[in-house]
Amino acid sequence: MTNALIGYCYVIAAVLFILSLKWMSEVQTSRRGNWAGSLGMLIAVLTTLIAYRTQHLDMIILAVAVGTLIGIPIALKLPMTAVPQRTAMSHAFGSLAVALVGTAEYYQRLPGIDTFAMAVLAAEMILGYLTFTGSTIAFLKLQEMISGKPLIYKGRNVISALVVLFAVSAAVGLVLQPNQTLLLPVLVAAALLFGFLLVMGIGGADMPTVIAILNSYAGLSAAALGFVLDNQLLIVAGTLDGASGLILAILMCKAMNRSFANVLFGGFGATSTQPGQQVTGEIKPVSVEDAYLILEGASSVVFVPGYGLAVSQAQQAVRELGEVLQKHGVEVLYGIHPVAGRMPGHMNVLLAEANVPYDELLEADAVNPKMPNTDVSVVIGANDVVNPAAREDPTSPLWGMPIIEVDKSRTVIVLKRSMRPGFAGVENPLFFKPNTRMLFGDAKASIQALIAEFSQE
Amino acid sequence: MHGPTTPLYINLLIFLMAAFLGLGLIRRVSKLLHTPLMSLTNAISSVSVVAALIVLAEPKNMMITLFATVAVALAATNVVSGFMITERILRMFKRDTGGKSK
Repeated sequence: MTNALIGYCYVIAAVLFILSLKWMSEVQTSRRGNWAGSLGMLIAVLTTLIAYRTQHLDMIILAVAVGTLIGIPIALKLPMTAVPQRTAMSHAFGSLAVALVGTAEYYQRLPGIDTFAMAVLAAEMILGYLTFTGSTIAFLKLQEMISGKPLIYKGRNVISALVVLFAVSAAVGLVLQPNQTLLLPVLVAAALLFGFLLVMGIGGADMPTVIAILNSYAGLSAAALGFVLDNQLLIVAGTLDGASGLILAILMCKAMNRSFANVLFGGFGATSTQPGQQVTGEIKPVSVEDAYLILEGASSVVFVPGYGLAVSQAQQAVRELGEVLQKHGVEVLYGIHPVAGRMPGHMNVLLAEANVPYDELLEADAVNPKMPNTDVSVVIGANDVVNPAAREDPTSPLWGMPIIEVDKSRTVIVLKRSMRPGFAGVENPLFFKPNTRMLFGDAKASIQALIAEFSQE
Repeated sequence: MHGPTTPLYINLLIFLMAAFLGLGLIRRVSKLLHTPLMSLTNAISSVSVVAALIVLAEPKNMMITLFATVAVALAATNVVSGFMITERILRMFKRDTGGKSK
């Protein structure tokens, strides 16, 4: 294969990756997008195998077989509630792969790496290794193998800064003296430690943002590797991934009304210790029967799910209740807040899995204008994302966060296990509003009881 | 290794073009699809397997071979599971087309 031919094959692969993302913009074309991406990958791998004739084809085949054997069961059996964990794990795998290739390339080029290549390699290794440990911690937190609480201790930012300083010094040392191989383990260790410290300090509620940021890092380190190897396909694919993670992270930050710096160095609640205004009013608990009567008289209902819905596995039950209501001529919609799940778009996937048609899933911007004309909104396992303090109480830590304005609907039914506050640890004045009714108990059991009430007619 | 190397400014240009293109494309992705988008971009960025294969073409010693081979296995896991999960998720998204009256 000539160099030019290899180049053209890479161009085709790059175009397929770009089309893949373009087609991903809408549900109708999204599956075509996934196929385009797969085809691009196949072309890229085959081209490389043919172009760079390897002495190690047996090991490559073995490695690909191992990867396939691990990958297929994950892909087929993974429950949709566990997709965030899988995503964190794949960021860990991807970034470790990139970091290992970078390390291998460093030794490959010794002695006499030029300054530019060494600088990019150092940056790439720092990014790759820190993303590896960071994503691993994110995985452990999401899998609840370790506590989701942020690890906060005195001088946390000072220690993190020192670790970064170590990593950067080692990198500078390597750029000046690439043959000082002893500096490499220092760089690797400092980067690994920094990733660990970074994500240990971040709480469960911030996971959607963290996953997106790690996504971006993983992509950027792949792009950096492209610079080192002078491989433009890698630059393009890595940069697309980096851009995607960046945009998702920005969207998540906006949805929580927080800055990047605050997520990374704050620790939720750590920066805002004041509990916000005291809430006054009366809680009005209702029975399933009362809730049934409210729903029965409604002509429009909006469900607002939070992660509590997934925890009690109530997606199917909610969809059934939605269908029962639709048979009664009720207009049913779902209001999805961007951070309702554990990663960007997670709640949409959980409801789509339960066969909720995607045209009934509305974003906050689309559903809020409908709220004043909605008879009943049903809040299931959501708390902070429907907290009107974000709009009404400038002293609240949630102040300014975009919410789903269920309190503007005529009646709000909140399904809740107990009066425990949400992730942010903030009181929710919604529960005390005159138009709010609380239906206490397990969300799934309550919804099934409501469905039973309807079928008794 | 393969002919003259590309000048840095060309690669930088490619990087910047890809960055702006990526930002523009991703902005238009429906919020409905952000989860499968992430699994897709994850699979795509595992094109770093290409880098591992290039290193494996002429590795200088055993350690380099080992690192690159492990990288191939890790990236292959991501490629396979990434595209397959994306497909599985996307199949779940259905429109409201009378499937209701079952």
